[in-house]
Amino acid sequence: MFSRTYRTAITVPPLVWVAVFLLVPYLLMFCYSFWSVSESGTIAHSWNLDNYHELLTKPVYWQTLLRSMWIAARVMFFSMLLGYPLAYFLSFHAGGRKDLYYQLVIIPLWVSYLVRAYAWKTILGTDGVLNTLLQYVHLTSHPLDFLLYSPFAVVLTLTHIYTPFTFLPIYASLEHIPHNLVEASHDLGATPAQTFWRVIFPLSIPGVLAGATFAFVLSLGDFLAPLLLGGPSGIMISNIVVSLFGAAYNWPLGAAISLCMLALVLGLIFFSERLEKKWSFS
Amino acid sequence: MKRALHQGPRWLTAHALAVFAFLYLPIAILILYSFNGQGVGGFPPSDLTLNWYRILFSDAAIWDSVLNSLLVAATAMLIALLFGIPAALALDRAQFPGKAAFRRLVLLPLILPGIITGLSLLMLFRVAEVKLSLVTIVLGHGTALISVATTEVFAGLQKLNRAQEEASLDLGATYWQTFWRITVPNLKLSIIGAALLIFTLSMDEIAVSFFLIGRDNTLPLEIWGRLRRGITPEINAISTIIFMFSLIAIVFWYRLRTRAEVTPEIGAELVETAGGSGF
Amino acid sequence: MATKSEPAVATSSHPGAASLVSIRSVAKHFGKNIVLRDISLEIAEGEFLTILGESGSGKTTLLRILAGFEHSTSGEVWMQGERLDTEPPYRRRVNTVFQHYALFPHMTVEQNVGYGLAIAKRPAAEIQSRVAEALAKVKMSACAKSKPSKISGGQQQRIALARALVNRPRLLLLDEPLSALDANLRRQMQVELKALQREVGITFIFVTHDQDEAMVMSDRIALLRSGELEQVASPREIYNRPATSYTAQFIGHTNLLHAEVRQGTATCSALKWPTSLPDGAALFSLRPECIRPATAASATGSPGNAATVRFRAKLRDQAFHGATELLRVESDGGLILTIRTASRDLPNSEAPLEFEISAADAIPVRASNSNSSSSSHSGSQSEGGV
Repeated sequence: MFSRTYRTAITVPPLVWVAVFLLVPYLLMFCYSFWSVSESGTIAHSWNLDNYHELLTKPVYWQTLLRSMWIAARVMFFSMLLGYPLAYFLSFHAGGRKDLYYQLVIIPLWVSYLVRAYAWKTILGTDGVLNTLLQYVHLTSHPLDFLLYSPFAVVLTLTHIYTPFTFLPIYASLEHIPHNLVEASHDLGATPAQTFWRVIFPLSIPGVLAGATFAFVLSLGDFLAPLLLGGPSGIMISNIVVSLFGAAYNWPLGAAISLCMLALVLGLIFFSERLEKKWSFS
Repeated sequence: MKRALHQGPRWLTAHALAVFAFLYLPIAILILYSFNGQGVGGFPPSDLTLNWYRILFSDAAIWDSVLNSLLVAATAMLIALLFGIPAALALDRAQFPGKAAFRRLVLLPLILPGIITGLSLLMLFRVAEVKLSLVTIVLGHGTALISVATTEVFAGLQKLNRAQEEASLDLGATYWQTFWRITVPNLKLSIIGAALLIFTLSMDEIAVSFFLIGRDNTLPLEIWGRLRRGITPEINAISTIIFMFSLIAIVFWYRLRTRAEVTPEIGAELVETAGGSGF
Repeated sequence: MATKSEPAVATSSHPGAASLVSIRSVAKHFGKNIVLRDISLEIAEGEFLTILGESGSGKTTLLRILAGFEHSTSGEVWMQGERLDTEPPYRRRVNTVFQHYALFPHMTVEQNVGYGLAIAKRPAAEIQSRVAEALAKVKMSACAKSKPSKISGGQQQRIALARALVNRPRLLLLDEPLSALDANLRRQMQVELKALQREVGITFIFVTHDQDEAMVMSDRIALLRSGELEQVASPREIYNRPATSYTAQFIGHTNLLHAEVRQGTATCSALKWPTSLPDGAALFSLRPECIRPATAASATGSPGNAATVRFRAKLRDQAFHGATELLRVESDGGLILTIRTASRDLPNSEAPLEFEISAADAIPVRASNSNSSSSSHSGSQSEGGV
């Protein structure tokens, strides 16, 4: 029903914009990763695999990558642990308060990422709220210093930030389950627990996968929380990239690491998408 | 039996309460300590004061950055809507080679860590010899947030009855008239929702801005710069103010959708599309 | 002009009226899927034409081509000497009543009806009076300020009608507009719609899958089957003289008789009747109401009358339908026939009853290659309609 002019008018402008500001930059990043820095500090446009060779041979890079993945995996696990039962509670047991609770989960999403990370810093610091509270009630005599500047602080903060993100797709998939399926399961003699494991959980897997991918991917690429709360032991892969683009001034190597990260992320998304398709029956 | 089914196990309720406490405790502490005379940290809080707000209001650098952020957010919102709405229309009703790739590309900044979007744009501006400034930040935010406009509007389009547009054409309205009189009014909520979301996300954005910043700071970068130097209750004060504005935005949105009766949850489509099979 | 060969009688049977729309060899393919093939049809000025067909027959696609929402793969559509199918929908003096009405939810009833006039930039006073007039015509003046979501389905239907008619189109297209209404309201609307069409004098093309609806309302019925026109004729003609076995079965009930013709006599099981068809196999449609219980008068009367055929059959089933009832009988030769008679008590016995038909009521039909309708060899009865 739409004329050719109409279709051209809606297609061409976004296509051009996206090509210039998304496609070209990604391609540039790809090119950069094969270039190098000359002695004089300029970018030498000579194509080679040196950057990738360095990535593979220097342990600091892949060790940091592994640590980042470990942190991201923990964030994913904990936000799932918090998010899934919450979504289940809202979807099946919240009754008339469902909408209110839902809004309550959403509201923290509107609070600035930075502000939330900052709030944790004020809580976990040596003179922070938690330490002074513990001393006030005489649980400890001197401040606990492992709280801040540690992977623990990073995992805690990122879990706080991404729990609502994991909650949303899980909640959506639970809400899409027709209520009569649950009734049918009970009717056929299944207990609530059996109904959960045999009917509800399998049907919520697409939401779980989406939420898990979110938490993992976004934590993996984070560099602000580690800078703010991580300390030396909480350094993540993106922090290395940031320093390569900043003080260390090695853009090509930074681009190569970013590209590896991009490949990892896209691979994960692709994989999770395949699994989601397998588990969606509608 | 029925009652038990409805209420669910007690631990589930306790768990939900604990999660809400976890989500809100830091925010509550943040707000509380913005009124604490002793500064941040230290228990129990004492000497309730508005002093930090007084200092904040006379801090010119902060307010400059707030103004910059407002400017950036407003312009980025316009760009994202200007290209995101047609992109959603194109995905809904045009066929062209590479459509699937285009869809993925548009939505990519939604799920990619901000650092990748920020760095790739930094390289573009370097190669094109564009000086970093608020303009580059606007371009970065606008591009990254097209994804938000596209998802929200696309979700709205899926619910729009195409027969309505046909009826308009049938009654003599051109495509352009139909777009403004039928399509846009029907997508009104999606567009307002997208605009609110884009504005808020841009106000809060730091990962992309981090790499594209010139001389003028946005608010998050200003805060970031101060955090590197140490904790100050001024930041609690400005955070509290931002939080209040966010709450107003939520209430505004909530009233809008209550009036329109049945509409999508803000951002829900976004997460579903980005995380779900729509991506 | 490409006229369709038999059985589609493509020329207007509306005597004295000029042709308004001319559909010429229109075909529509969606990829490999052929939805319409070689449709040619003339639609007369002021006519009420129904496009009747099962779901998937292509009737809605044909309507959308006329409205301009689809482009035909080949063929042309003309309206009063001008090409119609190359115009965008908004330049056609054609309006549509959509299946689910497609009222604009963000506008009041009044704004909905005035939409086309506002777009055409008519003066405000004219819009106001014409909208009021249109609303009065469909008896909806009271709801002018309501939002569409606040009124009932039947009322929405009237508004959709007013919104289209207020523009005084040359041609009004109606896409199953009554399908969402309940049975009583639907019958009432059929009558009103027909009266309204007479009153405004605008050509209506009405799409439906309901053959009763088509019979009640139309000047002509165009029966569409798998993208082809099966027959175009007035309701009476299409019922009384179906051209094909599909038409005979789709419109009303019928008995299909697979007969063998030899020297002017058709034979099907124990039934024999005179015919003018040449020798060979032939198919006849015999409506259930054309089979009568033999009366005493006809039994004793002129037995030599070749046009009346009598036979004996045993009662197998009886279904009461109020004023009439349907009998299923088995004739001596094992032929199963459906008979419609006035309701009355029949002796419930194994004793054979005597029936008669007029030879003229056995209508020769062409066999449709059966995909949706199957006919058993001993004659069968279709379940077309309610």
